[in-house]
Amino acid sequence: MTSAQLEIQLIASLVAIACAIPGTFLVLRKMAMISDAISHSILPGIVVGFFITQDLNSPLLILLAALTGVLTVVLVEKIQQTKLVKEDTAIGLVFPALFSIGVIMIAKYANDVHLDIDAVLLGELAFTPFDRVFYNGIDFGPKSLWVIAVILLVTLTLLLLFYKELKMSTFDAGLATSLGFSPAIIHYGLMSVASITTVGAFDAVGAILVVALMIAPAATAYLLTTNLTKMIILACFFGVFSAIAGYWCANYLDASIAGSIATVLGLVFFAVYLFAPHKGLIAVLYREKQQRIEVSLITFILHLKNHKEVEERHVNHLSEHINWQKVRSKTVLDLALKNNFVSIENSIISLTEKGNEFTTKAIDYILTNEDVQIEDMKKDFFLFRG
Amino acid sequence: MEKIAVKVDDLTVAYNYKPVLWDIDLQIPEGVLMAIVGPNGAGKSTLIKAILGILKPIAGSVTIFGKPYATQRKHVAYVPQKGSVDWDFPTTALDVVMMGTYGSLGWIKRPGPNEKKRALEALEKVGMLSFKSRQISQLSGGQQQRIFLARALVQDASIYFMDEPFQGVDATTEVAIINILKELRKANKTVVVVHHDLQTVPEYFDWVTFLNVKKIATGPVKDTFNDDNLTKTYGINYKVSIQK
Amino acid sequence: MEILEYIRLVFSDYTLRTITLGTAVLGGVTGMLGSFAVLRKQSLLGDAISHAALPGIALAFLITGSKDTNVLLIGALISGLIGTFWISGITSKTHLKSDTALGLILSVFFGFGMLLLTFIQKQPNANQAGLDKYLFGQAATLVESDVWLMSIVTGLCLLVLLLFWKEFKILLFDQDYAQTLGFNTKFIDILITSFIVLAIVLGLQTVGVVLMSAMLLAPAAAARQWTNSLSVMVLLAAVLGASAGVFGTAISSTQNNLSTGPVIVLVASVFVLFSFIFSPKRGLLFRQIKLIKNRNDLEFQKTLTFMYHIVENHEDVYHPHAIKILNNFQGYSRKGLQKLISKNYVRVNGEMWSLTPEGIAAVADMYNQNLKND
Repeated sequence: MTSAQLEIQLIASLVAIACAIPGTFLVLRKMAMISDAISHSILPGIVVGFFITQDLNSPLLILLAALTGVLTVVLVEKIQQTKLVKEDTAIGLVFPALFSIGVIMIAKYANDVHLDIDAVLLGELAFTPFDRVFYNGIDFGPKSLWVIAVILLVTLTLLLLFYKELKMSTFDAGLATSLGFSPAIIHYGLMSVASITTVGAFDAVGAILVVALMIAPAATAYLLTTNLTKMIILACFFGVFSAIAGYWCANYLDASIAGSIATVLGLVFFAVYLFAPHKGLIAVLYREKQQRIEVSLITFILHLKNHKEVEERHVNHLSEHINWQKVRSKTVLDLALKNNFVSIENSIISLTEKGNEFTTKAIDYILTNEDVQIEDMKKDFFLFRG
Repeated sequence: MEKIAVKVDDLTVAYNYKPVLWDIDLQIPEGVLMAIVGPNGAGKSTLIKAILGILKPIAGSVTIFGKPYATQRKHVAYVPQKGSVDWDFPTTALDVVMMGTYGSLGWIKRPGPNEKKRALEALEKVGMLSFKSRQISQLSGGQQQRIFLARALVQDASIYFMDEPFQGVDATTEVAIINILKELRKANKTVVVVHHDLQTVPEYFDWVTFLNVKKIATGPVKDTFNDDNLTKTYGINYKVSIQK
Repeated sequence: MEILEYIRLVFSDYTLRTITLGTAVLGGVTGMLGSFAVLRKQSLLGDAISHAALPGIALAFLITGSKDTNVLLIGALISGLIGTFWISGITSKTHLKSDTALGLILSVFFGFGMLLLTFIQKQPNANQAGLDKYLFGQAATLVESDVWLMSIVTGLCLLVLLLFWKEFKILLFDQDYAQTLGFNTKFIDILITSFIVLAIVLGLQTVGVVLMSAMLLAPAAAARQWTNSLSVMVLLAAVLGASAGVFGTAISSTQNNLSTGPVIVLVASVFVLFSFIFSPKRGLLFRQIKLIKNRNDLEFQKTLTFMYHIVENHEDVYHPHAIKILNNFQGYSRKGLQKLISKNYVRVNGEMWSLTPEGIAAVADMYNQNLKND
């Protein structure tokens, strides 16, 4: 591994962490598409900044572009307030317009300078080691590394300082306001951090892949935990993992590093989406099947308790009246028998003592709907699952 | 014996496998004005939606005049909650009411002059004829509710299901709705209303169903609407002064 | 190039005619279908679909080795649909919200597409030049068969729209109600979504994946401001979309180095801005004027009421009072007084004012109005 390769991976990893932190909050606040809007609409800010500074890594350019990002958020909110269009339409109107302006400016005026569309969409991670900081003739490493390190440092500091406020305003905006934390300050603070990070990362990974680095790790982490601290750490881990794995994939295929990182992010998400222990697709489908049977069982024994009449308790009634198909009726009946909830005599089903007790509990749970009782019920369910 | 308009058997509905309605048996005789009452989250709207097939129950069956609901749609009209639609939708009051004729038209066929006439009559019945070309967002909440009512009237059904028609309406609208209800009863139609205001139950309705996940009680208001059932439905010692 | 010269060329020059027709047809069909996307609150779905189509284009090229537009668009259609279904799979089976699902699919699919595109670029034998145009669109690459394809799809879309107009309308407004009337809402839903995906894919060559969603939204959002009728809105959106296409093409083809997509999108955005401000009923300008007028009316009424309160305790309500008293009232202004005089509600004699019978009647009228409104 050459030192350039090492530096690229280091930059990619730092970008991943810097994106994952604000990304987590955006996902939790249901504002993921705002990051898409910001990443597109900072383009005119970058172009103007580039005309002024002639340097993509200049702090002035980063601030200018980040300002465009925050302006986008404000513009979207202003349009929403007019009630002329719905919220998502407002987002969808603003960023293509600003992005178009940026693209046209590049095409018209920035032709001979080093700023082109490919760089805008994909970034040039592979070239970052060549643009280095020299001071008194000493090599201090790639410029991008310094830029993203500073941004990450600021993000981390803000995160640690305002962790409590961020957490509270994300999960309970009402409570946060009543305790005196202004939701607006937190909101715009977050938007500013997201904008600055987007601009800083933009140079390395490009506009659209910033979105991938913000949303995908957070979404993946959210499938595994609902604890905020764990979610942030997991998101950072997935980001860094994808950055490094993506780099080597790109190396092997001789293709875009950023595109490769996004692809790995997608694959990681897909794997977690399928196999996450509680919220993954397979777990959800399995649980739904279990629950379907459980609910059917309770429905059935509740029905028995409600009806003393013989004709309502006849075996055939199950498929005729309750409107279940043969197979389902049989599954449910077998389950009830296996757990000694019911007994059958001359095709008439009756509740047993245990079944009666269980039903009473079930009714209690349904009517009061307290969590404590759900737990009790669940334990009971495990009794007859096996 | 009186004819049964709606018969619900062993109906169980769950959202995400969380129970909301359990083993509901219900028989609604033809020609009654029935209120469904119960606390928030008792499953009142859910019951109506399950009867109408909008929600798929996990168990149970519904028959309308003795036949499965799917074959009896033309006998049933629905007034959804006002908040369930986007009132900024680009359409006029008349246009919304015309939607009531779509069911009888079936696929592809367009409404003609006859349908328009029926829609205008319904608008007149709810006192909204002068608002027929008004964009629906420029109507007051009560007027919007009356538009929904007119849309159901156009269906010329035998059974009407209304989801909280009195929710947040002005006095004029309340009177208009009550008049419509009375008229429907005179025509021997069956009306089922999800209702919130317990005070007005004895005044507006002749039949009542208490619902709280399970069916607590159902029957004529004079026999069923009592403190005992109210307490069972709403919890400990819930009492209202009942005007008899 | 002069404008007249350009217009002459549109009719005489084959290439220019083709691309102008192409962008017009495209703008028309996306405007039309965009109205449905906007009204269904699925504005950002188009963005996700168009980005998700990119890997399909690249894969179609990798598999077939063909650069035939139709082959590539079939690839785009397939991957766009996969993206759409995955989005609904994520939102229905996990607790992730739709915005997360949209952003995730959009960025990941696009990233994968870019990976494939850069991979193709590095292949020694494959001439990839031309796949790039799907990023921002290149109307100049449209040929007659592309325009035919667009026209056929547009015609088909129009036919379906006319046939199922009533069903579309009721689904958009009140899905539950449509279901109780016996309509198969799932079928209508799939029909609309399929056409939206088809329109997006058709536009990729002209506008590109990055900006395609704006072609759906902008004409519809602009059209919504001018009308309260669904049919007029759809029609107007089609016209605005087509105009954006024609103007955008005209501008980009007369300038060097401009992709078509961004210019068309910018033209459409100008339409939106204009509509937001100047639409006669909903527009911001109109609203501001109305606001000022209401405030003036209110001040006028308040001044009159204040005067009435001063005189009402007097035996003679027409008895004159000093103008100085009015200075105690915040809403009072010389202009307001002038207006009252011009309406003949108030008479002024030197430094004294008095109410006229018309003025008293006006106050009584106002009270009755207020009572009625309560």
